[in-house]
Amino acid sequence: MDFSFLANNIVELTVTGLALGAIYALVALGYTMVYGVLQLINFAHSEVFMYGTFAVAWVFVFVHGRTPSTQTLGETIGLLLLSLVAAMVVSALIAMLLERVAYRPLLKRKAPRLMALISAIGASFALAELMGLRDRVAGWVGLRDDLDAYVAKARDTYSNPVTIQPQTLFEVGGYGVKDVDVMVILASLFMMLALDQFVRRTRFGRGMRAVAQDPESAALMGVNSTRIIRGTFILGGLMAGAAATLYMVKIGSTRQDAGFILGVKAFTAAVLGGIGNLRGALVGGLLLGVSENYGAALFGTEWKDVVAFVLLILILLVRPSGLLGESLGKARA
Amino acid sequence: MLLEVEGLCVNYGHIEAIRDISFGVEEGQVVSLIGANGAGKTTTLKTISGLRTVRAGRVVFEGKDITTLPPYERVALRLSQSPEGRGVFVGMTVRENLDMGAYVRNDRKSAAYREDLERVFSLFPRLQERERQVAGTLSGGEQQMVAMGRALMARPRLLLLDEPSMGLAPKLIQQIFAIIREINEQGTTVLVVEQNAAQALKLADTAHILETGEIVRSGSGAELAGDDSVKAAYLGGDV
Ligand SMILES: Nc1ncnc2c1ncn2[C@@H]1O[C@H](COP(=O)(O)OP(=O)(O)OP(=O)(O)O)[C@@H](O)[C@H]1O
Ligand SMILES: [Mg+2]
Repeated sequence: MDFSFLANNIVELTVTGLALGAIYALVALGYTMVYGVLQLINFAHSEVFMYGTFAVAWVFVFVHGRTPSTQTLGETIGLLLLSLVAAMVVSALIAMLLERVAYRPLLKRKAPRLMALISAIGASFALAELMGLRDRVAGWVGLRDDLDAYVAKARDTYSNPVTIQPQTLFEVGGYGVKDVDVMVILASLFMMLALDQFVRRTRFGRGMRAVAQDPESAALMGVNSTRIIRGTFILGGLMAGAAATLYMVKIGSTRQDAGFILGVKAFTAAVLGGIGNLRGALVGGLLLGVSENYGAALFGTEWKDVVAFVLLILILLVRPSGLLGESLGKARA
Repeated sequence: MLLEVEGLCVNYGHIEAIRDISFGVEEGQVVSLIGANGAGKTTTLKTISGLRTVRAGRVVFEGKDITTLPPYERVALRLSQSPEGRGVFVGMTVRENLDMGAYVRNDRKSAAYREDLERVFSLFPRLQERERQVAGTLSGGEQQMVAMGRALMARPRLLLLDEPSMGLAPKLIQQIFAIIREINEQGTTVLVVEQNAAQALKLADTAHILETGEIVRSGSGAELAGDDSVKAAYLGGDV
């Protein structure tokens, strides 16, 4: 174990860990909200995120052309805003489609939760494979796949033509904190705050909490649960789209299977914080991001994921309902 | 007739929970449904509020056939229910629960809303004291008040109450029934399901007795309360 490495790089490890954790947290919100209203893990949420990352990549290519270049964050701000909108729209649409095709027909027939889970796993594979075959799909509808520079093979990594060069924003303990990390953390916090307020203050949010706590009573109050469930998927999609944009800023490339590992991490974050709990997703995400980084520093990068999941098991042994524990329905203002 | 129920049949799988139930509720009345455990009282109410689907029969509210309307649309027609076991939102405060009752009205800032809230608080002063308390930490009696107050916040023309006296102390039962009468006198029609036949018959303009899914006796509350066979079966002699 390399304690001196951890100690010497603690600021950097913490900041980059928080940035990654903030992305986990945004994706975790999608798992946690759907769980809140349906008591169901939306296994395909990882694909909602992955489609968002491609939306970002496509906006970059569309606006910027295909000549690779390196820019600073400041130079790309407009491009990022545009990709944010595109990713949020695409992710929300995919989430809506999932609800309509993979869930609603089953729930309507009162299928057991297990069936819905299987259906979601199927949807997840189908969406990922479809993205993997995107060049052929484009071919079928008569479009030339115009992106060969970035899509040599369907399953290859799809990199942004614009590489964002992190700049030092300020120094802490000899480490220059990068603008990209700061933006990722701040933007995630902002999105989460907005969501939290939305759920607490709007009529939709009250309906959502009511459905989460007692669907039958909610119906008696005049809440249309189908609409609430659809809206919940959409909200989760919007958050995943935002996460996808930040991910593309920070990581800079995506693949058709990029959702898988990130989805597992985000789901872990949701469980860590207490599934069904919005604030739990934030706590779980940040904790996971930071401890992963510390673990990688101590034991070596190849142990990063092991550390993350050992942490999950340890915390669940002590607190089976996660750190903050309570459900969305019971979350208090 | 404010509400007409015609030939209602509801099944749970192959089990017939209610068979050919027909009755009406006149505007301004209190109607009681009484019967033993499993007689089908809750099923009848849930079918009226839309939580259960019918195998046969019709539910007509204000002359409109609502048999196939989803529950959330029935609330908007001003038909609201306080469910069996109260069904309060345990993680919300008393006030948030009452707000949920007004969900379909969507007028939380208006004077009318404020007025209705005042009315609920004057019927249940305890709720005003507990406005900011989380409903899950209230006593059973207080939760019953929340459930009734919440149903009133939808401004119902017809209020459905499923066993409002369940699990309450005798003194509180008296109080709850007095409040139901007051609600009725203020102009809300009430359909109440009860195990406590003595109180329910005392209150009712019209009452129906359910046995294994069918109505076996109907009459005015006083008439049934004075009937020997009803006394023997439902009142245990102590009216
Ligand atoms: N969800 C359900 N699934 C299967 N059977 C049910 C269901 N709900 C009720 N039943 C059955 O339907 C019949 C009527 O039940 P219901 O709840 O309407 O009775 P009730 O008169 O309200 O009784 P109680 O006074 O005990 O509340 C019972 O035999 C019950 O077992
Ligand atoms: Mg009952």
